[in-house]
Amino acid sequence: MKVTIDGQTIEVEPGTTILQAARMIGGEVVPPAMCYYSKLEGSGGKCRCCLVEVAKGSEADPRPMPKLMASCVTGCQDGMEVNSAASERVTDARKSVTEFLLINHPLDCPVCDQAGECDLQNLSFKHGKSQSRFIEEKRTFEPEDIGDKIQLHMNRCILCYRCVMVADQLTDNRVHGVMDRGDHSNISTCISKAIDNEFSGNMIDVCPVGALTDKTFRFKSRVWFNKPYNAHRDCPTCSGKTTVWMFGEEIQRVTGRKDEFHEVADFICNGCRFDHKELSDWTIEGPREFEKFSVINQNNYTQKLDTVNINTEKNILLGRDQDRIKLSMPMVGYNETVEGKELDK
Amino acid sequence: MSKKILLDKINVPGIKSYEVYRQNGGYASVEKAINDMGADNVVEEVKKSGLRGRGGAGFPAGLKWSFIDKKSGKPRHLVCNADESEPGTFKDRYLMEYIPHLLIEGMITSSFALGAHLSYIYIRGEYMWVYKILERAIAEAKAAGWLGKNILGSGYDLELYVHCGAGAYICGEETALLESLEGKRGNPRIKPPFPAVSGLWQNPTVVNNVETIASVPWIINNSGDDYAKIGIGRSTGTKLISASGHIKKPGVYEIELGVSVYEFMNSDEYCGGMIDDRPLKALVPGGSSVPIIPHNLIYKTAAGEDRLMSYESLSDGGFETGSMLGSGGFIVYNDTACIVRNTWNFARFYHHESCGQCSPCREGTGWLEKVLNRIENGYGREEDIDLLWDIQRKIEGNTICPLGDAAAWPVAAAIRHFRDEFEYHVRFPEKVKNRAHFVDEPFEKVRHLLQKQTV
Repeated sequence: MKVTIDGQTIEVEPGTTILQAARMIGGEVVPPAMCYYSKLEGSGGKCRCCLVEVAKGSEADPRPMPKLMASCVTGCQDGMEVNSAASERVTDARKSVTEFLLINHPLDCPVCDQAGECDLQNLSFKHGKSQSRFIEEKRTFEPEDIGDKIQLHMNRCILCYRCVMVADQLTDNRVHGVMDRGDHSNISTCISKAIDNEFSGNMIDVCPVGALTDKTFRFKSRVWFNKPYNAHRDCPTCSGKTTVWMFGEEIQRVTGRKDEFHEVADFICNGCRFDHKELSDWTIEGPREFEKFSVINQNNYTQKLDTVNINTEKNILLGRDQDRIKLSMPMVGYNETVEGKELDK
Repeated sequence: MSKKILLDKINVPGIKSYEVYRQNGGYASVEKAINDMGADNVVEEVKKSGLRGRGGAGFPAGLKWSFIDKKSGKPRHLVCNADESEPGTFKDRYLMEYIPHLLIEGMITSSFALGAHLSYIYIRGEYMWVYKILERAIAEAKAAGWLGKNILGSGYDLELYVHCGAGAYICGEETALLESLEGKRGNPRIKPPFPAVSGLWQNPTVVNNVETIASVPWIINNSGDDYAKIGIGRSTGTKLISASGHIKKPGVYEIELGVSVYEFMNSDEYCGGMIDDRPLKALVPGGSSVPIIPHNLIYKTAAGEDRLMSYESLSDGGFETGSMLGSGGFIVYNDTACIVRNTWNFARFYHHESCGQCSPCREGTGWLEKVLNRIENGYGREEDIDLLWDIQRKIEGNTICPLGDAAAWPVAAAIRHFRDEFEYHVRFPEKVKNRAHFVDEPFEKVRHLLQKQTV
């Protein structure tokens, strides 16, 4: 089947969705997705970020679709023509969704553990406004302890349902879900149980915002101060292929390996994620590549940082010097290679 | 007197019981369908009748039935949507409460037509007493051999259950209803696939409103052609209207589609005119989700023709000037009604009832309510009117199910037709705060304030 998205035509297999086709093309035409997760069955269609305009239904039925369609759940038809980033109507809808998502989401990026990895941050960078029209008080929820490994910050949740699907599809004995309805909906355990299933840590990886974060990493570092490495270990429960996030020689966090669409390749077990934080536990494969404009890339491996001299009292900068020593990571040279390619070239 | 189909026998003493219902010709359509017609002919008759779904959307029922996938080999189901929760709509309750066997008869005939052996009536949780009435009616019908194994010796089996919801408006949306019936959270499903292909437990399913199913026995007993002769144009048959508001005789009325709005409003057979004979200000003809109509467009369409109680006439010119017949929740306002307060009230409802699954509805309905709350209570800003307009525009059409549209349309229509009332609210907050307006004096008496300020 041939599908044209923003003027670019691609051949796809029957059953491919518009979003999947757009991802095959790549670049600007790829609609943003906050709830869709290709590895989770039944995800998508909820956040409405990925709305696109179907200007031509198919060769057989060329009529345009009157409403904007959620690209993640709309199947391609032969001869279909879709407007994504090129459509003003679509851009307007994405701006609307961004505005809706931000009216109740706290703008606490400076303290949020997800800062730098947040899909909502990326979405609002591209489609958000500089000023809010929402003058009412934001919705808030009482803090709730859902276990010793995962921190729930419900105020930040955008109800994407990804974590519920992880619990449904990956863990045994699911104990959490969505309670209440409307904008009072919240993620909670039933009833006051602790989430400690073996694969429950993947809820953290799939959460597009900072609603579910890793208690073992909380407030330890900003992600752009960490250096991510692909690493593996022999794990009897999962593939053991992870990304370890290092600060100096300390492994501060372990996550699944994410692709360009921020989806993990393999879901990992809680043992790998939470319990193995020693360098000796892991075989480091090499630095992890990130998108060129990713915030994490601020601390990239390809450029040497300029030296900044700050004229102030030495004592004030003592901590900074210590951090600098860790960040410079003397063990890892700038001439490292990924798949045989020198990074600084 | 106009023709009665659904409420024809409503005044027969004891019609609620099986014996009386049967003595008055009840269950004849089941006999005729099973013994004489066969399933396909029943579907054909319903198609011929032009019967449109009475739940609000008005989709042709026969056509919907013909979409059901009979070749899949999967079990098929009929589900009756009795989750009547739209503010202003209370017609199904009336039918189920006073003549429950009519619905049971319709369910059996329709299930037979669809080849369904397991059917459900999904009733809203607040209708507990009606639930009990239906339970009893089903037990009576089963005892008389109209349900269960080998009905009328034909080899056709049917089990019918009533399922009580937990009081969520969203469960009236057909896919959310199916989710709820399956024991899950009542969130709407993304369509396609439509229930006719993958519905209850992923089996082909038809979901019809109570009134729609209750119309089937008459169509089978008489004929689709006879039914199509009643009404006007593509609005065939009769319709139950639940009339409320500032009228002399609120209640549930059965009308022939095509009767004029003027006649319905003013004749003694129906609403009996305005209460205290005050002037008519506005009308919501089809339940809270449909656009409100201002007084100058109630009796005449934008084209100057008589406005009729029909699907087409009430939606004349589409969304711009018209409204919808919807579920028949006919709400009348006199000149003391405050449109802003009314719109806020509706917005509160939709905010409360949004399932929270998709972002525009979850966040947008709450935002609409909050802004309207401020305006109504004298804390509105002039830019809030345009803000409201913008919010509703961004919700409409962008949500998974029609609840987003239902929340957006009343706001859009209220601003379009009654913008001056919104302006009054934001420009004279002190008058709004002390509640002197609209309660003691109609808006017409304070309109001059707006004009003076403008000059």
